[in-house]
Amino acid sequence: MDLYKSAAHELHEKLVKKEISSVELTNSIYSRIDQVEDSVKAYLTLDKENALEQAAKVDKMISSGEKIAPLAGIPGAIKDNISTKGLRTTCSSKMLENFTPIYDAHVIQKLRADEAIFLGKTNMDEFAMGSTTETSYFQTTHNPWNLERVPGGSSGGSAAAVVAGEAIWALGSDTGGSIRQPASFTGCVGIKPTYGRVSRYGCVAFASSLDQIGPITRDVTDAATVLNTICGVCTMDSTSLHEEVPDFTKALTTDVKGLRIGVPKEYYAAGLDPKVDGVLKKALADYEAMGAKIVDVSLPHTEYAVITYYIIAPAEASANLARFDGVRYGYRDMKATSAPEMTTASRTEGFGAEVKRRIMLGTYVLSSGYYDAYYLKAMQVRTLIRQDFAKAFEQCDVLLTPTSPVVAYPIDGKMDPLAIYLLDVCTIPVNLAGLPGISIPAGFVDGMPVGMQLIGKVLDEETILRAAYAFEQSHDYHKVMAPLGGK
Amino acid sequence: MKVTAKEVKHIANLSRLTVPDSEMGKFTEQFNQILNYADILQELDTTGIVPTPYVLPISNVLREDIAVEGVSHEEALLNAPDVHNGGFKVPRVIE
Amino acid sequence: MKNYITVVGLEVHAELKTKSKAFCSCSTSFGSEPNTHVCPVCLGMPGALPVLNKQVVEFAIRTGLAVNCEIQKFNKFDRKNYFYPDLSKNYQISQFDKPICLGGHVDIHVGKEPKRIGITRIHMEEDAGKLVHSGSTIKTSDSSAVDYNRAGVPLIEIVSEPDMRSAAEARAYLEKLKAILEYIDVCDCKMQEGSIRCDANISVMSEDATEFGTRAEIKNLNSFRALERAIDYEVERQIELIEDGGHVVQETRTWDDAQGMTFSMRSKEEAHDYRYFPEPDLVPVEIDDTWIERVKSELPELPAARQVRLMSEKGLQAYDAENIVATKAMAQYFDDAAKHTDDAKGLANWLLGDVSAYLNNENIEIDKFPVTPAHLGELVTLIKKGVLSSKLAKKVFVEMVKDDKAPKDLVKDLGLEQVSDSNELQKMVDETLAENPQSIADFKAGKDRAVGFLVGQIMKKSRGKANPAMINEMLLKKLKE
Repeated sequence: MDLYKSAAHELHEKLVKKEISSVELTNSIYSRIDQVEDSVKAYLTLDKENALEQAAKVDKMISSGEKIAPLAGIPGAIKDNISTKGLRTTCSSKMLENFTPIYDAHVIQKLRADEAIFLGKTNMDEFAMGSTTETSYFQTTHNPWNLERVPGGSSGGSAAAVVAGEAIWALGSDTGGSIRQPASFTGCVGIKPTYGRVSRYGCVAFASSLDQIGPITRDVTDAATVLNTICGVCTMDSTSLHEEVPDFTKALTTDVKGLRIGVPKEYYAAGLDPKVDGVLKKALADYEAMGAKIVDVSLPHTEYAVITYYIIAPAEASANLARFDGVRYGYRDMKATSAPEMTTASRTEGFGAEVKRRIMLGTYVLSSGYYDAYYLKAMQVRTLIRQDFAKAFEQCDVLLTPTSPVVAYPIDGKMDPLAIYLLDVCTIPVNLAGLPGISIPAGFVDGMPVGMQLIGKVLDEETILRAAYAFEQSHDYHKVMAPLGGK
Repeated sequence: MKVTAKEVKHIANLSRLTVPDSEMGKFTEQFNQILNYADILQELDTTGIVPTPYVLPISNVLREDIAVEGVSHEEALLNAPDVHNGGFKVPRVIE
Repeated sequence: MKNYITVVGLEVHAELKTKSKAFCSCSTSFGSEPNTHVCPVCLGMPGALPVLNKQVVEFAIRTGLAVNCEIQKFNKFDRKNYFYPDLSKNYQISQFDKPICLGGHVDIHVGKEPKRIGITRIHMEEDAGKLVHSGSTIKTSDSSAVDYNRAGVPLIEIVSEPDMRSAAEARAYLEKLKAILEYIDVCDCKMQEGSIRCDANISVMSEDATEFGTRAEIKNLNSFRALERAIDYEVERQIELIEDGGHVVQETRTWDDAQGMTFSMRSKEEAHDYRYFPEPDLVPVEIDDTWIERVKSELPELPAARQVRLMSEKGLQAYDAENIVATKAMAQYFDDAAKHTDDAKGLANWLLGDVSAYLNNENIEIDKFPVTPAHLGELVTLIKKGVLSSKLAKKVFVEMVKDDKAPKDLVKDLGLEQVSDSNELQKMVDETLAENPQSIADFKAGKDRAVGFLVGQIMKKSRGKANPAMINEMLLKKLKE
């Protein structure tokens, strides 16, 4: 049985009906991992013993007639910047190569309470800084649609695992697009919730005012299911919202009649691959045919979003990563004879180039004499960007944009950092404004998946889920498995 | 040039990082590329615009003053590179 | 020789006596084994986040009100970035541009002169961990061990205006501030344990100067005495430097108590660029009038008010009352002892006299005084009632500090009860007169001193127990016969 091809909601039915057992399911996913992991390289750590123990526990619950949660007994993967107690968590960095967390992230606690199965930890860009998963210290992950292409980043490992059948669901994190862009590059579903919906407690911080954890799955129903589990107020996170969490699966209807879909012209400008543009234009036509109304809108400050992000995020990161000093945990250069020397050597040896670059950029924009021109200015432009969205949402219910202006490009493309940063143009503004965003497969260009992004109003995951579901159900993209070079 | 190699060295020092001399040139160039691009922000008139340090319109998230047991001593030191008398050992603190 | 004016401003850090830390729920208790009151948050573990303790805000508002500050309605926190092993995140959560209190004052006096010392601001922040050095000083240590029990303990930093003009004024300000903090019960103010710390910003200016001179910041002042000595030393150092044609450098210096000098702490690094920015992991704290009013209404009695109360209720003189209320512990002791005696004045005398002398000698605070307030009160009562002479009371006191026995019992054990029985006394008077015919003659010859001599003889005979007033009266009666 190719159980790895099934969605979580299908597997839940099978488990409840006792057609399969969780142990059987979990073993079959590990077999799939054995089969394809050499090509994909999505995982950094596997936790088979504990996973099977957990699966056996769920099987016992089922056989004794206990009611189980939707994700119970269903194996998923966790991005390696999410703290899992007792299970190595590296953030794909040499700095944390041998680090074992002493506590579970809030989302992990919630998933454990629902008896979900954790297969292992997935590869990512180092400390979530990157868009290709190539800045990982350990390995590069390969896109299951074309093994010579990047899976996107920074949650490339999670996305590749899901798409290759190496996990039924996965968690990623998104600071400037790190869930949505890999979902787009690998042809699956990724959601960045409204900022504050999901607790950040236990998510190794990159940029505190931008980071959010979210689901990566093969279909919208599964994404809504995972979202249900991980959303909710957290007493350990001051930035966690107290808003009630609706049942997101209830939003999944195919009715989009009268839905006003805003098309921001700045996202369809120069730099957008014309073939990708073609896929989006077709998607818009599909929506119109379903009864939605297309509205032209403008988000005038879009062109300033990337640099605003690349000032704010590194600034916050420079402070967030200061804790990695070799004193309490992490890599330490044991040769140094003074603490300052030890800290400098440990950080220099423990961090990769991109991380160092962003830390220094962040230090620079916060430093005396530059704070006003860069950081303060960026915070003001952030306000303008938020205002743009608020204004646009007066005329529409959701915004539709490409997730990325390009499809997945070759590994080791040797691009300038700035060129890579600029490709985040479609996803970054959503983080700056704290809005919810989802990427779903919308088509293909030259055999590579194209994702489209739906952006919602604050706390309105339901509308973007509905719009996404409607599109998904009128196409077959969620049923197609990646070729994986023929495996 | 927005920043010289000397300034890059100073920033590196503040960040407790070292950029090896062999990479200094390329690094400084990439750094400058990004900072030059940042100039486009100066095109915008932001007089009177309130900066956004907080995306959420919430305030007063406060916790009651109740002491709760934390982690065990062993857990606290679980990942410590070097330990002495129950403390995290570090080499001499000043240069 | 020019005359120089001393200019001193003090930055006081006070650890707030909350049960849990500022941003996590770890216990703040002092003196435990290293790294036993820690959690992912105060250890700075990856992914950990701060959540503000409400009591920290309460205590900060209370403090601001007690020193006449304006409580700021909109508060936010900022990150102060620097690397140091005792700082578990290598940034400190503090308040930079929107502190909780602005503009207050504390009234002091040095001698009889009252003076108002301004307070610039008060802000909330977290404490760092503790470094235990392998050698005797930081400079002579090969390594250090870090204990994070103290990391995250809430602090308030109280910054004064540079209004102090002498070491005595600085000391008076610090003593007053400490008393206020104790009275409002926000800090236990134990300088030796470090729950209250003081840094001094010291500069000098010549009498005709229009601007303040460059200041140096002095750290490591662990007692009131150290504060005074450091100010005196530093002022002299700066004056000498200037007179020699040099310039005072703005720097941080450390006070070395053993050598009685300040030393520069400047390293090769340039001055700290703390790169403050708003703390994105915390949301703002907005304080409304209702909150402020409630804290105001619950404000414990302050030293000035307590002094007035003691004067009106207990009839104490201003000077005595002021000294009794100088520390909360002493004021509390007075109140407790006063339940056991009517003689408030006598009690005050004992506390400010013999008791204070004893405490100074033993180098302890009144909280370690071995005699209970009840017993001291009883002692005062015994004297007032005439059961014990004040001279013999001192003997009893000496015994009381040894093992805090009830004074009544000690008086009995030592057989020190004052003799006031007129028959017994009359016997002594008659005996002594019979033994000292020359004194009688002297008296009759007009030498009044003879009475004193005879009283002395009777006191000796009675080993101090005779009631001197009665003896005096009886003697005079007999002599005049």
